[in-house]
Amino acid sequence: MKILGLRESFARWWIRQNRVSKTIFQTLLILVTFALPFLENPVLDTPGSSYQAVLFYPISVFVLLSIGLNIVVGKSGLLDLGYVAFFAIGAYTMAILGTETNLNFYLILILGMAFAMISGVILGAPTLRLRGDYLAIVTLGFGEIVRIVAVNIDAIGGPRGIAGIPTPPPLFGNEFSIIDPKPYYWVLCVLILIAILAVRRWAVRRPGRAWDAIRQDDDVAQLMGVNTFKYKIWAFVLGAAVAGAGGVIYASQVLSIAPEQFSYNVSILVLACVVFGGIGNLWGVILGGFLLAYIPERIRFLSEYRVLVFGLTLVIMMNLRPDGLVPRKKWEKDLLLAEKEKGQR
Amino acid sequence: MDFALLRDAFWSLTFDGIALGAIYGLIALGYTLVYGVLRLINFAHSEVFMIGTFASLVATTTVMGFSVENDPLTGGSMILTMVVSLIIAMIASGLTAVLVELVAYRRLRNRGATKLATLISAIGVSITLVELFNLLTDALPREYPRVMEKSFLFSFWGADVRNDKVIIIIAAGLMMIILDTFINRTRFGKGIRAVSMDEGTAALMGVNINRIITLTFLMGGLMAGAAGYFYMLTYENTSFKVGFVLGLSAFTAAVLGGIGNIRGALLGAFALGLIENYSGALFGVAWKSVITFTLLVLVLLFKPTGILGESIQQARV
Repeated sequence: MKILGLRESFARWWIRQNRVSKTIFQTLLILVTFALPFLENPVLDTPGSSYQAVLFYPISVFVLLSIGLNIVVGKSGLLDLGYVAFFAIGAYTMAILGTETNLNFYLILILGMAFAMISGVILGAPTLRLRGDYLAIVTLGFGEIVRIVAVNIDAIGGPRGIAGIPTPPPLFGNEFSIIDPKPYYWVLCVLILIAILAVRRWAVRRPGRAWDAIRQDDDVAQLMGVNTFKYKIWAFVLGAAVAGAGGVIYASQVLSIAPEQFSYNVSILVLACVVFGGIGNLWGVILGGFLLAYIPERIRFLSEYRVLVFGLTLVIMMNLRPDGLVPRKKWEKDLLLAEKEKGQR
Repeated sequence: MDFALLRDAFWSLTFDGIALGAIYGLIALGYTLVYGVLRLINFAHSEVFMIGTFASLVATTTVMGFSVENDPLTGGSMILTMVVSLIIAMIASGLTAVLVELVAYRRLRNRGATKLATLISAIGVSITLVELFNLLTDALPREYPRVMEKSFLFSFWGADVRNDKVIIIIAAGLMMIILDTFINRTRFGKGIRAVSMDEGTAALMGVNINRIITLTFLMGGLMAGAAGYFYMLTYENTSFKVGFVLGLSAFTAAVLGGIGNIRGALLGAFALGLIENYSGALFGVAWKSVITFTLLVLVLLFKPTGILGESIQQARV
């Protein structure tokens, strides 16, 4: 089933445009994204929760996390069910350093990313030799371990978590505060933009090709001289860095964090965003992150039934469009099918 | 590090660990069977178990008319109540598992969807079921009436052995043996083994793939339902969240033993039950799952396909 061939016609239209109109289109898109907090209207509005707050969390946080997880799951085909751990590490870095020291927010942002990356190496080095489902359970375990450790260590607040996290210093005259989530949203938008640019660059260069090869066939990639382990670690670490950055900003906005915010459900939800949107396709993933974060808020009027409806939506959508809303490019699907037929022969 | 506790309570920890392992084992069988046949993790299986716990509750209270206020039964009426509850729980879970396969797996499988897409649709079913029971039970835990008086049967090197745990160990053991025989000796079992080896060839040999897969889910569901009943028998309460914790442990057990491998799953389950109890005594209950997962990582590092190796027959394609 195709949604009216929208994707194909858009791609065809896009190719025909010259550089100038492409740039104009991109700038417009970015401007609209940045102006979203002002575009509060009955259609987009989220009854039952603040529209501007929803734009920051969950929407933009989930879009960022989806982009990060897409590097791991979508690009290099490593199933990570404990992605929330890196998000938690970023958030806790912000919480601890923000309350204990008076380091600059942007320094903490970098440190948070660094810690997430280091933990990515710590998790990845022993486990990335495992395959598929084993990696899934080990990463799942890692996510749970991080949460349980946070619950059980009283020095970092135990189950109550950490409160009183400072807000970032004002930026271009924009005051960061809990009542006005707009500046946070813009900071995240900038981060998302950087992430998109970076992922698009990597995708067409050596790492991207290595990830493609690893995803399609690990053994063959290795035979062709790809240092698979190295690129897997890199995928892991880069994904972790994105989540770490998201965690730092998230913590600085919500002002108090607790281990329960970083449960296994978040990992699953981010994974659902990636697969729902179209695994491996950057724009699909962004759309998936947006929709799956937005829909529960939009249908808040269903109050207690919304999670039920969310679950049903997942099942129905996956049944109708197993490749996600905006699937990976077509030739790859054909390749997969051919592979399957070969395996069955 | 509390070595004294471990030493003093060693045998009772061991015994409880085996009983816990028996429950894990019954759930782990469902994961491992489905994985063996489809090479997919059935993420909705924990909810199949959850439904088993609720079904045994309904069976005992509504069908048999036994409530929390009643005194424990004895003799024939006790056995009747227990057996009826067990059977209803098994049927309810079995049907749920078959339904899960129909809703979350069949269509996607026939369209040749990727593993991840199937995973997400199973997760969707899991979310739906959890939420359904969250709403039905108003998010409150439910207490299970005590049908059988719990008493200490005998003492074993200082460990008091309780009758409900003995029943669990014996009954679970029996079911595992029946399942193992079913897989290894019967025609349907042969079908399951054939599909797990090579789906395409099995289909050419006249195996009805869809029927075999439904059967596999049914078997896993029946076992999970039994696990649900035994869980209720010992722990005597359930809530909509019960599936997550138990399911995660059972899944870990299946991976530990070598997923796709039936005997491996059982070995992994008993090992996990013991490890959880020992490490709970040694490091405190809060750190139990940290130890479990660390051990799992270590085992997988040295034996990447689990203790007994993966798959009913051979390595993954």
